[in-house]
Amino acid sequence: MKIFGHKPPLTAWIGLAIIALNLFVAIFGPLMAPYSQSESVGGTWDVSSIKMWLGADQIGRDMLTRLIYGARMTIGVALATTIISFSIGITLGFSAAVLGGWVDTLISRLVDVILSIPLLILALIILGVFGSSIPVLILTIAVLDSTRVFRLARALGMNLTVLEYVEAARLRGERTWWIIRREILPNASAPLVSEFGLRFCFNFLFIAALSFLGLGIQPPFADWGGMVRENSAAINFGLLAPIWPAMAISVLTVGVNLVVDWLLSIEARPAGVQAEL
Amino acid sequence: MNDGKYVLRINNLRLEAAIGGAVIVDSIDLNLRAGEVLGLIGESGAGKSTIGLASMGYARAGVHIAGGSIEVDGVEVRALDADGRRNVRGRRIAYVAQSASAAFNPAHTIMDQVCEAPLIHGLMTRTEAQAWARHLFKSLDLPEPETFGARYPHQASGGQLQRAMAAMAMSCRPAILVLDEPTTALDVTTQIEVLILLKSLIREYKTAALYITHDLAVVAQVADRIKVLRHGKEVEEGLVDAVLQAPTQDYTSKLVAVRGAAAHERAVQSTVKSDTILKIEHVDASYGTFKVVSDVSLDVRRGETVAVVGESGSGKSTLARIVTGLLPPTAGTITFKGQALPKALKDRSKVLKRTIQLVYQIPDVALNPRHTLRETIGRPVSFYFGLGSAEVTRRTQELLELVELPQAFMTRRPSELSGGQKQRVCIARALAAKPDLIILDEPTSALDPLVAEEILKLLRRLQDELSLSYVLITHDLDVVHRIAHRTAVMLKGSLVAFGETDRIFQGPYHPYTEKLITAVPVMRSDWLDGVLAKRAAAHLGA
Repeated sequence: MKIFGHKPPLTAWIGLAIIALNLFVAIFGPLMAPYSQSESVGGTWDVSSIKMWLGADQIGRDMLTRLIYGARMTIGVALATTIISFSIGITLGFSAAVLGGWVDTLISRLVDVILSIPLLILALIILGVFGSSIPVLILTIAVLDSTRVFRLARALGMNLTVLEYVEAARLRGERTWWIIRREILPNASAPLVSEFGLRFCFNFLFIAALSFLGLGIQPPFADWGGMVRENSAAINFGLLAPIWPAMAISVLTVGVNLVVDWLLSIEARPAGVQAEL
Repeated sequence: MNDGKYVLRINNLRLEAAIGGAVIVDSIDLNLRAGEVLGLIGESGAGKSTIGLASMGYARAGVHIAGGSIEVDGVEVRALDADGRRNVRGRRIAYVAQSASAAFNPAHTIMDQVCEAPLIHGLMTRTEAQAWARHLFKSLDLPEPETFGARYPHQASGGQLQRAMAAMAMSCRPAILVLDEPTTALDVTTQIEVLILLKSLIREYKTAALYITHDLAVVAQVADRIKVLRHGKEVEEGLVDAVLQAPTQDYTSKLVAVRGAAAHERAVQSTVKSDTILKIEHVDASYGTFKVVSDVSLDVRRGETVAVVGESGSGKSTLARIVTGLLPPTAGTITFKGQALPKALKDRSKVLKRTIQLVYQIPDVALNPRHTLRETIGRPVSFYFGLGSAEVTRRTQELLELVELPQAFMTRRPSELSGGQKQRVCIARALAAKPDLIILDEPTSALDPLVAEEILKLLRRLQDELSLSYVLITHDLDVVHRIAHRTAVMLKGSLVAFGETDRIFQGPYHPYTEKLITAVPVMRSDWLDGVLAKRAAAHLGA
């Protein structure tokens, strides 16, 4: 079987399977979850049983249910963040590349300023000021993350705008937006897709980190980062509770990276060989 | 040295694509005696470079040597392990690549790179290697041979680098040189110098050489024998004069004809008497503070072809950028159809943009690889004329027909086309705008001779049918002579001559025009020797 005209190796298949499973759970989770996400059905950190396959959390909620609901929240927020961040980053990056001049200088320096401040600190300040509602969380991370996307998009755009087919479109009198959409975007899509996977992982981990610090997704909503924090004390008693959400985080991260590695390896091949492999 | 001994014997060579097994080169036999030069000639994709590299037991990524034997000095290269091959490469057989500027490492001096091979092979000490390198620089007529090696690649010109690369190849005194299009990337005036030096180098050291090129006239000057290749197979092989004068194969006859006397006939006869469409007066232009064009004036009439010739850096492409509005001139005026043409592209109306179109040199980068031909050719139609989808499709079909491409190509992308077909698409895209003036920036120089010939015919036909005006930017005097009504010769940003092509080519010439004209190789095996004799005579006379 081929995807994007290429045959994925075994590792990529594993990654694809992990992503598919996670997406399936995120979409259909509430239909499968044995309990509701805020319902206490057992004791604090109950161990695995037939009733609760992965045991209970710190206030006796079913761990599996929380993980399933958490998938929806964590992946949903990370995905929304990455999509917004790419929309902003690509638009600005390509505009800077195509228009050049003061537009490029202005956006680039602004991005440099944001990049010079440590990401986590800046996010903590913004979330501290505006409060940590889900829309604020998504927008904050998206804007901060878009600076990285901007850098890549600008570099890709720079390489493409000097090509003669883009010049031909300019000579024709095409508008900037048309040039970005029709001439540049299709030819930059391959590196952008793999970057999307990587940035999704970063955002996903970042949200987990923010939740762990208490400024991410707020209770009673379940999310994997927050679940690790809530259950972290169980480690002291040699209990497995925080391991489950932590494992969910790492498995999804590894899965996405396996697919991205494959996508990057396609791009790394010389142009002539690409068609044959 | 024993002249009868073969230094390179290739038997029944076969190369295939590593995946899919498509045959790239098949049943090639090749024998090279010491001191002999064999010209490998053919169009792109004929397998010339592949054979050249295979003679060192090397195959590019995605290709592998599937069969046959390759003997260098009687040693089967294919049987050697990596160490054994390394011993042969550079030492017994060396390679000179086409683009010297891309083959040198910009971070090291030329001397370091030239001395690298003899040092690695342990053939010489550093002092010996450097002395030998200086000797080579001197015999290759490089400037200041004593200190030339201290330069970095960016401090040398293209022609100098190409010669330095020859020095690099000669550094281990190999028995065989593989010269892969060593003069193709150079200007005609530089090409002749490099050719002369390569020829004397090969003679002086009795080195055998494989000379790979697509230009029969060039190979005729240096080779003893010519092997004509097509689609990875041999078409014919013979002594240079035999092949040039009495080719036995159809394909070779065509190749000879395209560079031969017949091609020198003028396709355009009379001068065009019609109204002036473009008038450039006293135009200056610069990149930053660097002035590239100064005080250039010329005019183009309706239905006329004006050629602009000159070597690279002469400002001829800059002239194209000025007319299209990509580089606003710093002084002077441009009048188009009786009205002043705004200098910058953004000040020009949609109609003006439409009526001046540009066709690029390299069709591969002039077409968006992700667009189908329907999108590429149809876009100017819908953009300028606001037609509906059905109309655009109909017009695209017309345009494909006009440039002699099948209508089924509508859904193809550039990667599914050959070089000549891509250039036809570029021409169709320009025609889609219904222009009055088309600027052709070296439209045939990236194409094989036979394909270029077809494109020139097409351009001529389109000019007659649509009474188009062309500004033809080129370094190929053959092309100029055949299709240009008038010719402008540029040197270092200035116009040195402008007038009817016949007059420009008949003389009395400007000294530079003469230099340009006499530097074009003629398809005779004794042309280069003739030039040398003439030079020597002039030298004695002076």
